Amino acid sequence: MIAELGHFSLILALGLSLGLTTLPAWGVQTGNITLMQCGDSIAKGLFFFLLLAFLSLCYAFVVDDFSVNYVASNSNSALPPQYKISAVWGAHEGSFLLWTLVLGGWTLAVTLCSRDLSVDMRARVLSILGFLAFGFTLFSLLTSNPFERSLPVFPVEGNDLNPLLQDFGLIVHPPMLYIGYVGFAVPFALAIATLWSGRLDMAWARWSRPWTNVAWAFLTVGITLGSWWAYYELGWGGWWFWDAVENASFMPWLVGTALIHSLASTEKRAVFKTWTVLLAISAFSLSLLGGFLVRSGVLTSVHAFAQDPQRGMYILVFLIFVVGGSLALYAVRAQGIKSNTTYSWSSREAMILVNNLLLVVATAVVLLGTLYPLAYEAFSGGKKLSVGPPYFNAVFVPVMVVLFIFMAISQRSRWKDTKIDLLLKRQGWYVIGSIGLTTVLMLSLATFKSYVLLTTTIAFWILANLLENVFQRVNRKRWNWNYLLTQPLSYYGMLLGHLGMVVMMIGICCTVYYSVERDLRMAPGDEIELAGYQFKFVETRKFTGPNFTSDQAEIVVTRDGQEVISLFPEKRFYSARGSIMTEADIDPGLFRDLYVALGEPLAQSAWGVRIQIKPFVRWIWIGGLLSALGGMVAVGDKRYRKSRRDDLANFLKI
Amino acid sequence: MWARLPVIKNKSLIIPLLLFFSLAALLWRSFSLEDPSLLPSQLLDKPFPEFNLEDLHSSSRIRNAHDLLGDVSLVNVWATWCVNCLIEHPVLTRIAQGGVTIVGLNYNDDLQKALAWLDRHGDPYSFHVRDNNGTLAIDLGVYGAPETFIIDESGIIRYRHIGVVTEEVWAEKLYPIINLLRGKSA
Repeated sequence: MIAELGHFSLILALGLSLGLTTLPAWGVQTGNITLMQCGDSIAKGLFFFLLLAFLSLCYAFVVDDFSVNYVASNSNSALPPQYKISAVWGAHEGSFLLWTLVLGGWTLAVTLCSRDLSVDMRARVLSILGFLAFGFTLFSLLTSNPFERSLPVFPVEGNDLNPLLQDFGLIVHPPMLYIGYVGFAVPFALAIATLWSGRLDMAWARWSRPWTNVAWAFLTVGITLGSWWAYYELGWGGWWFWDAVENASFMPWLVGTALIHSLASTEKRAVFKTWTVLLAISAFSLSLLGGFLVRSGVLTSVHAFAQDPQRGMYILVFLIFVVGGSLALYAVRAQGIKSNTTYSWSSREAMILVNNLLLVVATAVVLLGTLYPLAYEAFSGGKKLSVGPPYFNAVFVPVMVVLFIFMAISQRSRWKDTKIDLLLKRQGWYVIGSIGLTTVLMLSLATFKSYVLLTTTIAFWILANLLENVFQRVNRKRWNWNYLLTQPLSYYGMLLGHLGMVVMMIGICCTVYYSVERDLRMAPGDEIELAGYQFKFVETRKFTGPNFTSDQAEIVVTRDGQEVISLFPEKRFYSARGSIMTEADIDPGLFRDLYVALGEPLAQSAWGVRIQIKPFVRWIWIGGLLSALGGMVAVGDKRYRKSRRDDLANFLKI
Repeated sequence: MWARLPVIKNKSLIIPLLLFFSLAALLWRSFSLEDPSLLPSQLLDKPFPEFNLEDLHSSSRIRNAHDLLGDVSLVNVWATWCVNCLIEHPVLTRIAQGGVTIVGLNYNDDLQKALAWLDRHGDPYSFHVRDNNGTLAIDLGVYGAPETFIIDESGIIRYRHIGVVTEEVWAEKLYPIINLLRGKSA
């Protein structure tokens, strides 16, 4: 009964989204203010019914309604309650419903948080978001309905959730990721609305900035959580695999990063107007493309959902319609828009242009690597191949190194023009200082590696420039530290965002170059030393969990005779699916992780054991979270609220 | 609406649209190609392609299609850069312990890394062919690692599985076929 209610809600949501698409747009075309304003109420109704549909599906999971196909194939009565909820988005149908709900949420947020957008712009934005919601809901109903029942015969027990996904990471990773992915729909809708109205001005950039920041921050958190989850759950201690689906979330992130920077210059200096619009369109288009790649089955991947060509075909047609339509509108409406602003090649505008070019090149590199297998197949008459991490590491990393060098130099740049001596003043000393500091740290704590020298030097160099930036602000006020409290939040957002990248760089380079690992056979009583730590294999025992049985080993770690921790890695057998999972046990630390995973059982109660020590690996995720925090902090800037009110006068005209 | 076709003065603004259409055409075409999870029909029930490639463990030993004769066997395409190969490795190990011959096709890989990988994770394979140029993989129409082929005792390809061999795949697809093939020859 409840599942039918959900199904019916979804159908109502389809009708409302159609209304949201057409009515406000019709109002704009005919100048009917009532029609333009009705979008607000429809958007609220749309969100309500999507939420109702989603909650109905949650209910079906909680009460183990195995007559619903989707529940039967992704849950089990023995599944712990928190995983029953996360199982809702554990496979294609439910996760797409979540995706649609998130779009409904963003549409609702637009009605709540942009009251000072002019009536016609609001109507246009809501109509575009309504169209996207229509496309998603129709897709859900036609090709991936999670409420389908198998009656009268249905299984008495469910197939269980994939054990890989029975984890805290899966509870939070997809919602965060989707909020980010789908969030780019708002700057996209604003960009299209602007092209549609023909009023491409700086106010558009100011509206888009907070929305872009929030979406970007959520996407950053989502990707970071995904990397963390892969690290501890997949059982081999990697944190990034250049998997097609990871790439699908990484491309919108790269373009979104470019968009954040380019929006700043469009708002402040009215430059790169059409380019910024193009980036806003691209960020969301890449989100859609990501959805297509994940759900169509044209690429094989660890993450790939159940593959169905019909679904892929639908998304592809929708993609062509939305992206092709937007780019065609762009080609027509961006004509004749010129910026009369001039800037020198050492100005902040120029630096942002370099940032944008490098990020777009990086995106192209990832896109090429992801689609190359498809292209090769299409042009070689059906031959197939796959592209692995060696390609991405060889091509992507150098682009990033150049990007980070520019990140260091550009901290001091000013709008319009920066004097060359101002730009380069003391930079030589900073570089020499960074090299010196890196060398000393490396030689005293670890061994010399030239790549670590390069990366860490750049990281310290950026840090020096960030610190200098803060000190100069205080210095200008004669070292009155209270002055820092009066700085706008967007300034702190900027510092945090860049600081996060520095932290992440250090984390990545130390993890890649200083991790040690050992794979060995260990029997009870065996001991081994690795990088100053003693690992003693005590015993293994069997225990039974709610929906699995497990072999658990106890490994005691000591250092200089002091006990550090006891680790309990497991090998679990999930009976419903007959699958075996490696649960690594990790002693996390700010400067090093101790990582122990069980391999295969060997003869005489011995086991294959993998022991890894991963220095600074936490810094990768701490850096990601710092950057995301920066993006959020910047949104709190009161400038947005205040200046929007100033714009009101200009945009009340319809 | 526009009464006439819009004027496009600045041609460069069309470039994104053109790029997107070529991308869309590519994606469209990838649908029209045969289902990647099916074996190209010209190979099914045909002899395993001829090859002369080095054995992974000793470069002086040349392996060819004759080495596959005599028993029903699995040919598994793997590489150290392939994350999924590690996932299926325990399953393959159990399959081999159950008495099934598994031949490794080490695909586009680094020799030292491949040997280290086998040392670390165990080597359930009967032997490995080293296909570092991907020539045999191309003849086989390999889509990407991992892939697993079933070859009957006279060297004919009988089945192809794309992606990870899980316990389910083994129990529901591969094992019944192997059983059937063994039954026929017995």
